[in-house]
Amino acid sequence: MDYINILKDLSTYPGVSGREDKLCGHIAKMFEKYCDSVEIDDFYNVIGIKKGKSASGRKIMVTAHLDEIGLMVKSIDKKGFVTVSNVGGVDSKILLAQEVIIHGKKEIYGIIGAKPPHLLTPEEMKKAVKMEDLTIDTGLSAEEVRENVSVGDIVTFKVDPFELQNSRFSSKSLDNRAGVAALLDIMENLTLLNHNDDVWFVATVQEEVGLRGANIAAYNIDPDLAIVIDVCHGQIPGAPKESVFPLGKGPAVAVGPNLHRKYTKKMIELAKEENIPYQIDVEPGDTGTEAWAVQVSREGIPTLLVSIPLKYMHTVIETLSIDDIKNTGRLIARFISMTGNEMEEVLC
Amino acid sequence: MLIKELTELNGVSGNEDEVRKFIKAEAEKYADSITEDSMGNLICYKKGVSSKYRVMLSAHMDEVGFMVTGYDDGLIKFASIGGIDERILPGKRVLVGEKRIPGVIGSKPIHLQEKIERGNNIKQKNMYIDIGAEKKEEAEKLAPLGEYIAFHSVYTEFGDGCIKAKALDDRIGCAILLEILKETYRFDLYVCFTVQEEIGLRGAGIAAFRVKPDIAIVVEGTTCSDVPGVREHEYSTVMGQGAALTIMDRTSYPNKKLVDFMYNTAKNKNIPVQYKQTTTGGNDAGKIQLSREGVVVASVSVPCRYIHSPVSVMNRRDYESCLSLVKAVLDEFSSNENLIESFKA
Repeated sequence: MDYINILKDLSTYPGVSGREDKLCGHIAKMFEKYCDSVEIDDFYNVIGIKKGKSASGRKIMVTAHLDEIGLMVKSIDKKGFVTVSNVGGVDSKILLAQEVIIHGKKEIYGIIGAKPPHLLTPEEMKKAVKMEDLTIDTGLSAEEVRENVSVGDIVTFKVDPFELQNSRFSSKSLDNRAGVAALLDIMENLTLLNHNDDVWFVATVQEEVGLRGANIAAYNIDPDLAIVIDVCHGQIPGAPKESVFPLGKGPAVAVGPNLHRKYTKKMIELAKEENIPYQIDVEPGDTGTEAWAVQVSREGIPTLLVSIPLKYMHTVIETLSIDDIKNTGRLIARFISMTGNEMEEVLC
Repeated sequence: MLIKELTELNGVSGNEDEVRKFIKAEAEKYADSITEDSMGNLICYKKGVSSKYRVMLSAHMDEVGFMVTGYDDGLIKFASIGGIDERILPGKRVLVGEKRIPGVIGSKPIHLQEKIERGNNIKQKNMYIDIGAEKKEEAEKLAPLGEYIAFHSVYTEFGDGCIKAKALDDRIGCAILLEILKETYRFDLYVCFTVQEEIGLRGAGIAAFRVKPDIAIVVEGTTCSDVPGVREHEYSTVMGQGAALTIMDRTSYPNKKLVDFMYNTAKNKNIPVQYKQTTTGGNDAGKIQLSREGVVVASVSVPCRYIHSPVSVMNRRDYESCLSLVKAVLDEFSSNENLIESFKA
C-alpha cells in the first residue's frame, strides 16, 4: 500500500462531522478495490463487506471514523469578515494565522486573523484567544462573501502534509483518517490470508460529535464481534507517561471494562506470537471512542479497541508513524484470520 | 512580479544567502555594478546621465524566523529571530536549515491541557519543533545548535487581488526595487538590498555610510490592522487603499517636505496613496536618516495584514501603487534635479 499518498489524499479531503457525503463517496471507491460489496447507509456510513470462507454467517465489524473536526460559519460582518463556531473539539489557540477553506457555494480560501498583538493589553496577551474573536479574512468584498457564504457553511483547515524523519507523517485529520488507512491495510492483508467470517468494514460518520455513526452501524449490522480503530495520544513532553504512547512502538491495544476481556487477551497473545509490536492502553472507564457506543448496541457486542498513537491531536499538525499503521493492519488482519478457527475456543 | 519566487526563498536575519543570490542574479541584468559588503548587503549601482546627485533606495532581504537553541530528546527547542507573536506558533510548519528539513511546531493538545492551560496562551518555552527525530543525537545532526529555521508557506493568490505569503515584509520591497533597477535616471541610483533589518536595522546603516546618498527612500511591507476588533483610528494602514507614507515611527522621522512632495505627486498622478496612521514600528529609514551628516529620508510601504506570520496578506493593487509612486517620484527628480536639493533645510 502506498501509505504516504493514501494518507495525503485521505487527510486533505474535506469531511467535517455531519457533512461527510463527498468523502464517503471517495472512500467507498477505495473500498471497492478490496471488498465484495460496498454500500453507503442512510447516515453516510461507508460499509464494505468482504465475505469469509465459511457459511457460518458470523460477522466481524471493523470500524474507523472518517469524520474530522472543523469549523462552521456563524456570522458575516459588514466588511465581509466571517466568524465561526467549532464542530467537535477545536482548540482556539491553534487557529491564529491558519489557512482555511470555506465550503460555500464555491470553495473560498481564507486566513484566520484577530486583533493584532500590538493592540492587545498585557493581560489579553496572556489569555487564550476566544473563538468568537477570531475572523476569517477572504480578501473579498462583503457583497461577494454574502453571495457565496451562508451561516452554517462548513470550514476546513488547509494544510500541506509533511513527511518527517523516521517515517513520521504530519497532516490534519489523521484522527481518524489514519484509522481509515488501517481499514484499507487490513483489506489488503486479508487478500493474502484466509478468513472464515464475513468482515464488515465500516468507515463511520459523526464520531467527533457523539459517536453517532458507529451507533447506527452497530445496530444495523449486529456483528458477533467489533474491532474499533481510532487514535490515541502520542508521547510528548509535559504529559503523564501513562496516558501517552510513543510513536513507532506499535498500536495500542486497549484493556478495561469497555473491551471484551477474552478477545483482548487473545489479540495480545497473537501480537506476541507474531512479533507484532504493540502497547497496552489502560482504560479504566469510557474510552472516548466508538467502542463505548458499540459495546452496548442491541443485546451487547464483544468489542475491541486498537489505537494508533498520534501526537498533537486535533491540530493541523497531527503526527504519526507510518509503521504504527502498518502494524495495526497486520495485527487486526491476523486476528480476523484466526477467528472461526481457534477463536471459537475463546468464547467457550 | 517576482513575489512568488522571492517569498518562497528563506532568508532569516543573518542568513540571507538564498535571497541575496537570487536578487544578485536578477540585478546583474540591469545594474552597472554590484557591491556585496561584509555583512551581506547588496548595493546595486546604476549610473545616471548627470551623476550630480546620489539617490538611495532600500529594501531589506531578511525575514523573521527562528534558531535552534537546544533539544528535548529528539525535539528541537527554538528562539525567535525578530518580533513574532508567540500566539500564532502552535501548529505551524517550518523548514530547518539549508536542506529545508520539514518540521512542525508542537505543543500539548487540548485534551491533555490542564484547565488553567486551556484558558491561557501557550508559551513559546513550552513548544518545540518536531522533525520526527527520536533521539537528541539525531536531531543535533540534522539541526545543529544555531541552525536557522524559516516558516513554511506557499505563495497563494486569493480573494480580490490578494496575495498570501510569508516574508512579504520585505520581499515586496525587494520586488519593487528590482523593477526600478530597470530604469535609468539623471542622478546616480543606488538600489540597496539590506540585511538584518528585523533584529535592529543592522544592515542599512553601513550601506548608507558607503553610499553617502543625498536622499533615500525606503520601500517596505508595513503593518495593516484594518481588521475586526480594531477601532478605525487604530488602523495603521488600510489594505487596497494604496502606497502608505510614513509620517513618523519609532525609528525615523521622515523629511516633511519630501513626504508632502511624494503625497502630492501621487495625488497629481492619480496613484492611490495613504498615510500610515500609527507611529508604532520602525524600519531601515531610522538608520539611514542618521548616517554620516544625516540623510533626507522617506518610507513608502505596501500594507500587509498578519505581518511577521507565515500568512501575511497584501493586495496586488497596493504593490502597483507603491511601484508607480516610487517611479513617479524618481521621474520628477530626474526631470528636475534641483528638487533633490530642495528638501534639505
